Amino acid sequence: MELYRSHVLVCGGTGCSSSGSAKLIERFEDQLKEKGLDKEVKVVRTGCFGLCEAGPVVIVYPEGTFYSRVKVEDVDEIVSEHLLKGRKVQHLVYVDHKTHESSVQKSLSEIGFYKQQERVALRNCGVIDPENIDEYIAFDGYRALAKALTEMTPEQVIQEVLDSGLRGRGGAGFPTGKKWQFARASKAEHKYFVCNADEGDPGAFMDRSLLEGDPHAILEAMAIGGYAIGADEGWIYVRAEYPIAVKRLEKAIEQAHEYGLLGKNIFGTDFSFDIHIRLGAGAFVCGEETALMASIEGKRGEPRPKPPFPAVKGLFESPTNINNVETLGNIAQIILKGADWFKSIGIPTSTGTKVFALGGKINNTGLVEVPMGVKLRTIIEDIGGGIPNGKKFKAVQTGGPSGGCIPASLLDISVDYDSLTSVGAMMGSGGMIVMDEDNCMVDIARFFLDFTVDESCGKCTPCRIGTRRMLEILERITQGKGEEGDIEKLETLAENIKSSALCGLGQTAPNPVLSTIKFFRDEYEAHIKEKRCPAHHCQALLNYEITDACRGCTACARKCPVNAISGTVKQKHVIDTQKCIKCGNCMATCKFGAIIKK
Amino acid sequence: MPDNKEKYAKLQAAIEKHKGERGAVMPVLQEAMTIFGYVPQDVQEMIADGLGVTLSEVYGVSTFYSQFSLEPKGEHIIGVCLGTACYVKGSQKILDKLSEELKIEPGRTTADGLFSLNATRCLGACGLAPVMMIGEEVYGRLTPDQVPGILDKYRTAQ
Ligand SMILES: Cc1cc2nc3c(=O)[nH]c(=O)nc-3n(C[C@H](O)[C@H](O)[C@H](O)COP(=O)(O)O)c2cc1C
Repeated sequence: MELYRSHVLVCGGTGCSSSGSAKLIERFEDQLKEKGLDKEVKVVRTGCFGLCEAGPVVIVYPEGTFYSRVKVEDVDEIVSEHLLKGRKVQHLVYVDHKTHESSVQKSLSEIGFYKQQERVALRNCGVIDPENIDEYIAFDGYRALAKALTEMTPEQVIQEVLDSGLRGRGGAGFPTGKKWQFARASKAEHKYFVCNADEGDPGAFMDRSLLEGDPHAILEAMAIGGYAIGADEGWIYVRAEYPIAVKRLEKAIEQAHEYGLLGKNIFGTDFSFDIHIRLGAGAFVCGEETALMASIEGKRGEPRPKPPFPAVKGLFESPTNINNVETLGNIAQIILKGADWFKSIGIPTSTGTKVFALGGKINNTGLVEVPMGVKLRTIIEDIGGGIPNGKKFKAVQTGGPSGGCIPASLLDISVDYDSLTSVGAMMGSGGMIVMDEDNCMVDIARFFLDFTVDESCGKCTPCRIGTRRMLEILERITQGKGEEGDIEKLETLAENIKSSALCGLGQTAPNPVLSTIKFFRDEYEAHIKEKRCPAHHCQALLNYEITDACRGCTACARKCPVNAISGTVKQKHVIDTQKCIKCGNCMATCKFGAIIKK
Repeated sequence: MPDNKEKYAKLQAAIEKHKGERGAVMPVLQEAMTIFGYVPQDVQEMIADGLGVTLSEVYGVSTFYSQFSLEPKGEHIIGVCLGTACYVKGSQKILDKLSEELKIEPGRTTADGLFSLNATRCLGACGLAPVMMIGEEVYGRLTPDQVPGILDKYRTAQ
């Protein structure tokens, strides 16, 4: 292997790719060649670094200098200053949002965003080139598979996973070792090991980043799991919306075959295992395990009642184990380092770490991995760097369309499966969306119900009809047509749907409504009784007004699409609320902050 | 049309490739989408015949998944992300602005066939919220007033 004195790591995750990181790599390579440095400095396209907010991100090692929002024009400077002369380019170095400190003197692990994180599942993301199996192997890759196949019985593998306390990261939090035990106990000629990479929760991209940043880790875990339960075939069901992940998985499978790490008689043992990929086609319900299997079989992705559980009768009628991507991301480490090491992270009932996709109204949007049991406040304030634009924190939504909102008063809650469930939210798959004072909680509930109504497969009535009724009520409320008794109606419908829907989709669909009613009942009441939206979000309940700060510049009147603004030049203007369609153009146009929403 | 003949030949090849495979209907429909841009009835009939399944089975699948379209799409497909992170950062306003500029509702195609407008599920680029895609191109950290300028780029490229 050639040796380089410096490595330039450019993030090739989805966020950074979308803001042009591929062009950066080209430019770096051109410039390095031009300066004759291409034998000394290596450019690597890695998976996601996590801090998407600062993208496109470039890190220069060995210093660990963190450059943020790098543009193609900046590349020449980094090459000629940093890589040629050894001088860091001060003005491109990442500046911490919260402390306003430049990270020139710091390495990556000392930056606020990374300091409190602990990387187990994401250990290789942003570190290795995901398209190069040799790099994965250099970081202990496939050693766990070797250990499992040559030194452990399937039962010992299962025991290790069971002892680790690992619970499913796909939402339900079921102990992974238990699941493997059930699948092992089923006797059949063929068994399947399925990886759920459907990641449908809107606002979540943990699995995507893991697949894109470290695809071999998932393949290795599937082979270990296959050995443990006695499966000879693996399937990965991945969203069609994730083309980069699909490409890297295909490449990884090919490489693993070349190296004999997949296929016949792996490591010279009599264990053989193969992995296929199947693409989803845009249906949220296909993330549910029974629907997912129907979809792999090429059918409509409709769930079916359980039992029989997949461990007894799953894919193509055979015993099947199904695990989420992130769950699998922990397996190789558990086998290598042991259950005790894993248990030492987190808390007894929720061991290990959890990856969250932090998004919405937060300074450091991106991907974070923290030990279970940290305070929610640590994630929001320390790692996330707080709320932008001096706004006030209102709530954080976890668990997506199945989850709930956690208000400011509960920010000191411990982030683990049971604590989150106890307040009506849930761990879910790891989406964590922060909302500030400008977000209306009734509208957020409406947003999620709109999602479920659209994604309900229609097989069972409570979900198909019940969620639609709930949505209609929520739409009425946000349009200022709410009636006394609507909240109670929502609550009754919610309970009925929860207890009678066929699958997890319907059973959890009312959660966003129930949790917002629980913590933000006053907002519902303001909409219904006072026809007022406290967050000034619901258009139908808003009025725009011009204040005395108006200079009579006429800009707003010219921008108004319905000529609702009148007044003479240099004098205060007025809005005709009868004509006004509340588009907000005037407010966006005014340079003097003279237009307010009421 | 020689052009179309080629497309049907490609579809036939895709059917041959997947024939006999378990669960072949979806991958073949996915290939048909890439070839034709949509899956009209005759394409679905050909798939059913080719794979030896009923037309109702193919139709059941093609109407279940949002990725399959039974109608032709515009030349440029616009997808505005309505995932949660984008929604709380105002992506609805981006969608409204596009709707206003293109004079079509989401889910429709402009009369000139240039643009189709869709509200999409989470694109997984939440760090750039609000986000939209036009074809393969991703536009992030958008504000409504950037919309007309972006559309113009595609209009003048004609
Ligand atoms: C409506 C619905 C959607 C789901 N979506 C996903 C998903 O996108 N990804 C996932 O891993 N699990 C999803 N699940 C959970 C799966 O059914 C299943 O519990 C999980 O894949 C098991 O893996 P784990 O034990 O490793 O968590 C979903 C469940 C329901 C009810």
